[in-house]
Amino acid sequence: MQTYHGKSVFGGIAIGKIKVHQKGQQQVRRTKIDDPDAELARYEAAKGQAIEELAELYDKALREVGEANAAIFEVHQMMLMDDDYNESVENIVRTGLVNVEYAVASTGDNFSEMFASMDDDYMKARAADVKDISERGIRILQGGGNGMEDADEPAIIVAEDLAPSETVQMNKDKVLSFVTVLGSLNSHTAILARTMGIPALVGTDLEAFGELDGKLGIVDGGAGIIYVDPDAETFVTMQAKQAEDLEKKRLLQELKGKDNVTLDGRSIMLYANIGNIKDLASVLQNDAGGIGLFRSEFIYLERDTFPTEEEQFKIYKTVAETMAGKRVIIRTMDIGADKQCDYFEMEKEENPAMGCRAIRICLRRPEIFKTQLRALYRASAYGKIAIMFPMIISVDEVRRIKAIVEEVKKELTELGLEYGEPELGIMIETPAAVIMSDELAKEVDFFSIGTNDLTQYTLAIDRQNVSLDEFYDPHHPAVLRMIRMVVENSHKAGIWTGICGELGADRELTATFLKMGVDELSVSPGSILPIRKIVRETDLSK
Amino acid sequence: MKEFNYTITDAQGIHARPAGELIKAAKVFNSTIKIAANGKTGDCKKIFTVMALGVKQGHEVTITVEGDDEAAACEAMETFFKANL
Repeated sequence: MQTYHGKSVFGGIAIGKIKVHQKGQQQVRRTKIDDPDAELARYEAAKGQAIEELAELYDKALREVGEANAAIFEVHQMMLMDDDYNESVENIVRTGLVNVEYAVASTGDNFSEMFASMDDDYMKARAADVKDISERGIRILQGGGNGMEDADEPAIIVAEDLAPSETVQMNKDKVLSFVTVLGSLNSHTAILARTMGIPALVGTDLEAFGELDGKLGIVDGGAGIIYVDPDAETFVTMQAKQAEDLEKKRLLQELKGKDNVTLDGRSIMLYANIGNIKDLASVLQNDAGGIGLFRSEFIYLERDTFPTEEEQFKIYKTVAETMAGKRVIIRTMDIGADKQCDYFEMEKEENPAMGCRAIRICLRRPEIFKTQLRALYRASAYGKIAIMFPMIISVDEVRRIKAIVEEVKKELTELGLEYGEPELGIMIETPAAVIMSDELAKEVDFFSIGTNDLTQYTLAIDRQNVSLDEFYDPHHPAVLRMIRMVVENSHKAGIWTGICGELGADRELTATFLKMGVDELSVSPGSILPIRKIVRETDLSK
Repeated sequence: MKEFNYTITDAQGIHARPAGELIKAAKVFNSTIKIAANGKTGDCKKIFTVMALGVKQGHEVTITVEGDDEAAACEAMETFFKANL
């Protein structure tokens, strides 16, 4: 048995025969010609065919893997129609009186070199796109077939690298997994594998992979390993793991579109936590009922200057529109404590967890706060946005926030800018807010309990300090009683309460939360369906 | 001649896909449409020159439009940048 390691693109187990995909090595010879016009007419015909092929690939990709993945083939068509590219081909043919295959190969090399030398990883990777279109042109000129032959049975495809056009051309029923030597986690092949949901590895340390053709392979996508000629023990273990995975996947697929309701009829909202627009795809895949916590501070942390109103507006609008009418709860920036941003120029604090953070920064520096609020109110015109304020300890703070909100609305009206009316809620993450929750409930539309900070402040245990683990009980009854108190007080005032901290995804507590009457749990996208399963199997009457 | 400046807010800058969209939008017009950024200038109807500018988030670009339909083209370009980049 041989074992090789790669970077995991997508988890899951694939067991099957290995098919090595060798790129048709294009031999381009330089030959002299007499009639450049005839040579360029061949080029025009080949280019026309290439563009047609790419249009077909675009349609195929659109059907199979969606618009975002298909767009690259539209870009490829434009590259083939680019004036500079075509002028370069023509110049080489006319001035050198050489065959057009050679002119296309040289042009492809020159243009891809231009991208390869750019000071930007994304643009460097575009060199592969230029090579891809040039090879397509040459293949057509040389009268070759489309270069991809399907395996006769479903196989693990092993290759040095795969161009996007090669991946899309493959018959998806015949592909168990992709394993490549080159390629990055952001390559088109990786993105496609993720969309198709099949195990895949890139950057794999395969040696002499040409010899692997026809051998039995096992890809463990999650672990980033491919076994070749597995021994009996590995085979049995992996087979069991595969069966388990498939069962889990099947169960979860069954649960998609189902209500989050217990056997005795109590329902709960299951929302997703996100930190970035990139997380939206998994929110939708996992069938979240909404977004329960969008950590807007990541917009601030990923950069060196304050994000403008316009930048923030675009992000919030995208999230609201993507969620298409489902509730999107955006937390105003929770900067401070373990999330520091240099350009905020905060003073050093002895005890930042209890220092100037989150809403305290916003109330002290309303210009920062107002920029975010304006963006949020404007984006609210495009979907069901709710705004949530972190680290609240008093009713007075909520009233100050509402006064600032009124100023923001007035400014937007004066500027003639459209805005919506988002729901306003607060995070309950300090013992003070728990104790005052009856009064706070009269001021807002909803509560969301941030259990991470609430636990740390209630138990007075620093969560970063591992040496205190023996005292730390995540299910401490004090915390659970606090959650119960908040839920009861919110219901008395006719508003609802969710949980967006780590405890929300704690499967041992799902039944407890249901009994308490918690209205919503916000968890990582991958936890939505497993928790839905638990909810649907729970019977609170027993 | 008409022109406007715009600062890119898209996190990925002018990457392949919006470059493609930009070329599509520009080719509708007869006018010559140039994009200048980072001390270089490119033709908005040519995908390689646009991509080669390497425009990223936070970069300021200047778009100049010259031709018989420059007013409409300039307006369309400005709308395009605001909506997509």
